[in-house]
Amino acid sequence: MNAFLPYVLTIAQAALLLLLAPFMVGWVRLVKARLQNRRGAGPLQPYRDIRKLFAKEAVVAENASWIFRFTPYLVFGVTVLAGAIVPILAVDLPLAPVADVIALVAIFALARFFIALAGLDIGTAFGGMGSSREMTIASLAEPAMLMAIFAASLITQSTSLSTMVAEIHKGVLLKPSFAFALLAFVLIALAENGRIPVDNPATHLELTMIHEAMILEYSGRHLAMIEWAGMMKLMLFSLLGIALFAPWGIAGATDAGSVAFAFVVMAAKLLLAATALPILETGLAKLRFFRVSEFLGVAFLLSTLAILSHFILER
Amino acid sequence: MIFKPELLASPTPIFLATLAVSLWLAGTLLVPVLARRPVWLVRSAFLVATLGSALAAVGGAWAVAAAGAETVVLPVGIPELPFHLRLDPLSGFFLVVIGVLGFFISIYSLGYVRGIAERRPVGGLVFFFLLFLAGMGLVVLADDAFLFLVAWEGMTVSSYFLVVFEHEQTANQKAGFLYLLMAHVGAITILLAFGVMAAFATGLTSFEGYAFDAMRRADVSPGWATAAFLLALFGFGLKAGIVPLHVWLPEAHPVAPSNVSALMSGVMIKTAIYGILRVTFDLLAAIPWWWGALVLALGLVSALMGVLYALMQHDLKRLLAYHSVENIGIILIGIGLGMTFHAFDLPELAALGLIAGLYHTLNHALFKGLLFLGAGAVHHATHTREMEALGGLIHRMPWTAALFLVGCISISALPPFNGFVSEWLTYQAFLLSPSLPSTLLNVLVPIGAAGLALTSALAAACFVKAFGITFLGQPRSRHAQNVSEVGVTMRIGMVGLALACLLLGIFPATMIEWLDAIPREFVGAGIAESASSHGWLWLTPIAPERASYSGTIVFLGIGAIIGLTWFALHGRRHRAPRRGPAWDCGFEKMTPRMQYTATSFSMPIRVFFGALFKIRERSSPMHVHRHAAFPERVSYSLHVEDRFWGWIYKPVSDAVFWISRLTAKIQGGRIQVYLIYSFLTILVLLIFGR
Repeated sequence: MNAFLPYVLTIAQAALLLLLAPFMVGWVRLVKARLQNRRGAGPLQPYRDIRKLFAKEAVVAENASWIFRFTPYLVFGVTVLAGAIVPILAVDLPLAPVADVIALVAIFALARFFIALAGLDIGTAFGGMGSSREMTIASLAEPAMLMAIFAASLITQSTSLSTMVAEIHKGVLLKPSFAFALLAFVLIALAENGRIPVDNPATHLELTMIHEAMILEYSGRHLAMIEWAGMMKLMLFSLLGIALFAPWGIAGATDAGSVAFAFVVMAAKLLLAATALPILETGLAKLRFFRVSEFLGVAFLLSTLAILSHFILER
Repeated sequence: MIFKPELLASPTPIFLATLAVSLWLAGTLLVPVLARRPVWLVRSAFLVATLGSALAAVGGAWAVAAAGAETVVLPVGIPELPFHLRLDPLSGFFLVVIGVLGFFISIYSLGYVRGIAERRPVGGLVFFFLLFLAGMGLVVLADDAFLFLVAWEGMTVSSYFLVVFEHEQTANQKAGFLYLLMAHVGAITILLAFGVMAAFATGLTSFEGYAFDAMRRADVSPGWATAAFLLALFGFGLKAGIVPLHVWLPEAHPVAPSNVSALMSGVMIKTAIYGILRVTFDLLAAIPWWWGALVLALGLVSALMGVLYALMQHDLKRLLAYHSVENIGIILIGIGLGMTFHAFDLPELAALGLIAGLYHTLNHALFKGLLFLGAGAVHHATHTREMEALGGLIHRMPWTAALFLVGCISISALPPFNGFVSEWLTYQAFLLSPSLPSTLLNVLVPIGAAGLALTSALAAACFVKAFGITFLGQPRSRHAQNVSEVGVTMRIGMVGLALACLLLGIFPATMIEWLDAIPREFVGAGIAESASSHGWLWLTPIAPERASYSGTIVFLGIGAIIGLTWFALHGRRHRAPRRGPAWDCGFEKMTPRMQYTATSFSMPIRVFFGALFKIRERSSPMHVHRHAAFPERVSYSLHVEDRFWGWIYKPVSDAVFWISRLTAKIQGGRIQVYLIYSFLTILVLLIFGR
């Protein structure tokens, strides 16, 4: 049994991601609604939305090319694959060495590349606007993201997530560089997932849309896949943050008992993140697009500080 | 090459390489013979070019695999210095770059140049194309400074004639002149660098010091070694297009025929990388750390400025040319890191940096070749390079679009294609900087990694723009409306390069095992043992716990999940998606002119990085009838210029004109004054020249 456990766990990780991501988003929306004095739709609403979209007929614009139809599949595939790589329940799983944390960032960039192309495919003004803005934000967020990751990997001397988790387990917490890197990571995660203050996932005003503007033309199953992948991405970024900055409880892939414990700890940490996110979002106002550079500049500065303090204070 | 019949039965790498160069040179003879039958000329000459390139690639690959050096001395040249040829792993690697690119570009040219032949005579194009290939081949084979410079000049001059092939356009003449001028300034400094080394080899009394072998043995004093290095870096940097010496590149590369642009951007600028590597690691050998830091800094500046300027372009080929500046920067980052590690005597790490740079050299050759060929196909079909006039080509040119997309993904450093592997290796080299025994470098080098991250993210933005505006959306003008897919030979050339991009992306460990001979030759260590310690499937450059990547599994994994999802959704009750008009939030009167353009796409980046560009933007209302707030037409003009013109080149050219005007004053046009000049000269000579 134990020989198969790592493979079972890999599939279980991807399955957990698929199944739990809508709940997490539902929870975020519920908490947000309560904070805004609304009743909210309950944490299961995203499941109903996805089911509804899969049942609906897909309508594709007349001059859409294969890029437009291929993109939802690619985005979905990339996100599920990432779920099999990020340590959720256990480290050192068979697929963990497929991509280190740099490659993981690049894999997400591949998905974004195609969504941005799909936004340009129909030839509408909104689609182009979304693509342009998304790629601009991404190009400012990515260096900050990698700097935050580099800060963590300079401490752990590795970019492989499994090793990083193990090293941080040994107790490198409470270092100033980690605090800076964590702060930077939170800011970037907000930007990468299109949350307030960079983008508003609930907006209905086209001119302020970024992510939503790119996927305006999608419907039916295509939209379902993109929405679902977006939810998984939010969960993956939370998990990545947990793995990099608070990995306690993630098991070595040895026995079922510790894996069950890891699941409970992971669920608790995710719930915490999913509660903190709407509180943070409610407290912030959306930034004007041309001020996003300042927001991401702060993130970059923080991660630079993380690296500097690592070399100056911690060696 | 002294030809011996038995060599045909059991050839050696250098025999194949010299045979390739001879084939290219012999191919030029076809031009006068078949001058009146252009169709046959194109067919036969490019077949010869293909054959020669295949030989060069095989010979080069073999030389790298054999990991030794072979030399040949030809009985021609100047007294005391016959032509020396040498094929070691480094030359072999660059010969592979030349050969592989030459192979696919020549196949592509079969169709492409035939299209040109319908409009104008192509004898010159064919002749100089072959000469260009031969020149590049000889540059990497040369083992003495004399042959090197002859080949270097042959390469420069033949590429100059290719740049001005469509010489009736003033812009092309100007670009060609600028190129020729700057290339010669560079050639002079390269010559001076060799002179310094030769002087230390044998003194200035004989020519023997100009053989590379003598320079290798020479003991150059540190000060003069630095002088030689800086001279060589300047000369080769000019050819490579390092910022701020890049200004000729975005002028000259786009105006050449596209198969030539592909060769120039894909291969020719790599010969400059070869030159830098040859001079630093081989001929001078003792490298102080700050040379590496300088190369690293220049690489970072080139990468960032290259991509930012590329984002501002709306001419497809000009955009690609600026990306060559960017990618040369990325190559130099890897090499600079390798040099720095080498200087601090960290051989494995130096090997990693060097391999990252070399891998990116090959990668860039492949995807930039592919992209220029794709741009050539677009130009061939639409007769324009202006992206604002294109759009929607994916429906009419599906092959070109898909292949161009492969190039875009590769150059944007996205997995599972090849560009990602080399950039990932560069990041790994960056992250090893804590091993350096200098706190300053420890702190600064990771920030350089952020520069590389910014570069690759901006490159992705730029290629979303390049592909999206050119191939997606709706046609923006009649240029893009009635076009058809290009011919089969052009497609084969592009398919080959696209496949190579994929293969290098998913089998990196195998590639690195092959490349390992080069760092072994120069820094005395390799990374192949650790990099492929877990088999061909896993790339683990230093150690598996440190970092690992498997392009194969990423490729297959994404493919498998896409396949499963597709299968699940298209099972029992599949309904094909219905086609309907675009939604666009209910707006019905949309026209192609309302789409985002290349300029509007990059507008946010232009605003964020505005200080780096010289921007002249003007908009003024026209046809105001009812109220000033509602003009019927608005005239808008935007010029984004290279700051370096104003910062460096304008002052230099102003100074040259100023000096010319000063010296012109002694030329008054009066015969009496001239007689006084002669009288004074004779007087001076009589006094001092006794």
